[in-house]
Amino acid sequence: MKAVCWWGKGEVRVADVPDPEIINPHDAIVRVTLTAICGSDLHLYDGYVPTMMRGDVLGHEFMGEVVEVGREVKTLKAGDRVIVPFPICCGRCWFCKTNQWSLCDNTNPNAWMLEALNGYGGAALFGYSHLYGGYAGGQAEYVRVPFADVSPLKIPAGLPDEKVLFLTDVFPTGYFAADNCNIKDGDTVAVWGCGPVGLFSIVSAKMLGAARVIAIDRFPERLRLAQQAGAEILNYEDINILDQLKDITGGRGPDACIDAVGMEAHGTSPDAIYDRVKQAMRLTFDRPHVLRQVLQACRKGGTVSIPGVYAGFLDKVNFGAAFAKGLTLKMGQAHVQNYTRLLLEKIERGEIDPSFIITHRVSLDDAPEMYRTFRDKADDCIKVVMRPS
Amino acid sequence: MAEETYNRANERNVSEPERWGSVIFGSALAAYGLKKRSIGGSIVAALGGVLVWRGATGQCPIYGGLGISTVPEHQGQQVSVPYGKGVRVEKAVTIDATPETLYTFWRNFENLPRFMHNLESVEVREGGQRSHWVAKGPIGTSVDWEAEIVNEVPNELIGWRSVEGSKVDNAGSVHFTEAPGARGTQVKVVLRYDPPAGKLGALVSRILGEDPAMQVQEDLRRLKMLIETGEIATNESPSGRK
Repeated sequence: MKAVCWWGKGEVRVADVPDPEIINPHDAIVRVTLTAICGSDLHLYDGYVPTMMRGDVLGHEFMGEVVEVGREVKTLKAGDRVIVPFPICCGRCWFCKTNQWSLCDNTNPNAWMLEALNGYGGAALFGYSHLYGGYAGGQAEYVRVPFADVSPLKIPAGLPDEKVLFLTDVFPTGYFAADNCNIKDGDTVAVWGCGPVGLFSIVSAKMLGAARVIAIDRFPERLRLAQQAGAEILNYEDINILDQLKDITGGRGPDACIDAVGMEAHGTSPDAIYDRVKQAMRLTFDRPHVLRQVLQACRKGGTVSIPGVYAGFLDKVNFGAAFAKGLTLKMGQAHVQNYTRLLLEKIERGEIDPSFIITHRVSLDDAPEMYRTFRDKADDCIKVVMRPS
Repeated sequence: MAEETYNRANERNVSEPERWGSVIFGSALAAYGLKKRSIGGSIVAALGGVLVWRGATGQCPIYGGLGISTVPEHQGQQVSVPYGKGVRVEKAVTIDATPETLYTFWRNFENLPRFMHNLESVEVREGGQRSHWVAKGPIGTSVDWEAEIVNEVPNELIGWRSVEGSKVDNAGSVHFTEAPGARGTQVKVVLRYDPPAGKLGALVSRILGEDPAMQVQEDLRRLKMLIETGEIATNESPSGRK
């Protein structure tokens, strides 16, 4: 079959690879009908996530049709149309049972690597390095989906792929980020980064009752979408974000701040330039410029929610600010499975059409060019979806 | 807890004949070195001095570091791996199942190779107290031994050890304790064994990526997967590497 493979820093290839097969009794094989490139795939593309190997199949946002199921699969059958959340979850361990899906104990055969780094390891993810399990991803014609009864969600006929594909990651991740803000009536939420996760954080913060949402980015096309989603917008290249946030919240600061950027932040201040140099010299995996701002900007007793991906040790982060202001920090890979049904219902009722973020519709063969375009934010690129055939 | 190796300080680890050899050769080396009256000569002399000291005290720091002893052993009757010898590994995992389920599963030793990847097979002998174990040794070899159950409390613990005269002296126990807050059962494994090539063998196999502590940890992870989900996760996947 055809699959998008990581070939080294800054290089992906569409390669011919063997078809996946049922290996374990709870596996299913899904024929992919639509898949997307995620902002977090760019961290792999740019070489900032360790343990990628040449030839690894990428992609963790995908949906399609079940073509084969293992003998223990009870709820799915060939022909079912499903979306597949990006964390691979067993559904049986204490973490899955307590709805902390992305922390699943039983799906990552390489958990020892994460244990060495972080003390304990979490769920495996599709197509996201050997650290996160080494499973082949969904930017391919077919995918083996372990524990097929647990995470995949059946999609009713009549809903087009583009409306439901983002239930696999970016929509629930944005919703999770907003949910983590513990929003109360009248709250102001500031969102750094208006990529797909940032945009869905804005939408979700509104759904969860935020009175005001303030969106921060520098790309006009992204700020435009944020505005359409109901946010007030700030371009960090034009103004001092910290001063401006203080002013427009009456000197109080936002009640909650969402860092939807993560480890490859861009900025114009001296600390951002320092980060770039360090990352270029491979002295750090992370450029935590946004995190520094978020900790500074948040009001006393507020909540900082971090859906943006961080990979390691952070430098020059004012943890003292978090302590002195009594901030609550919430973060992690989203527990996607907690939100898929809820959000599917919202889509079915027409409350939201998540396809508004799509800017590029291409074939899988165009992946190498699209990774480049997406990374460079060229051609007003916000979200790329790819059809395998 | 990881893995411990035992090195007792101030313990003789050089045999009687070797001590005499060490003193004689060391003295000769020292005399030769001193005669040279050069930097190289003084290094040789110092080395000779160390050998004399080694012979006089019967202690060799290099043997100590490698866990080697050339002093003959007087092995006790009761323990298969004498206290202070060999490699000790202790690991624990919490599994969402009752102590009874886990005890029953483990007590049938023939289940062990399903999650212990370095075991090729275990065959339980008639009567159920003795069993024959075949394991993968370092660098593609295989080793086998006969084990017997030495302690057993249903649903709580099982202790076993290799019988006298086994090629690999080893002893192990597994303890099942109910975890607080209905979180299942804590399974703790303690293994102690004398690797085929002594501690040097353990060191070599660790360099080759067969670290015993790591093996036990991964075995327990697979046991948890098997008991909780009925399968062991695999990332066997298509890739551009074919």
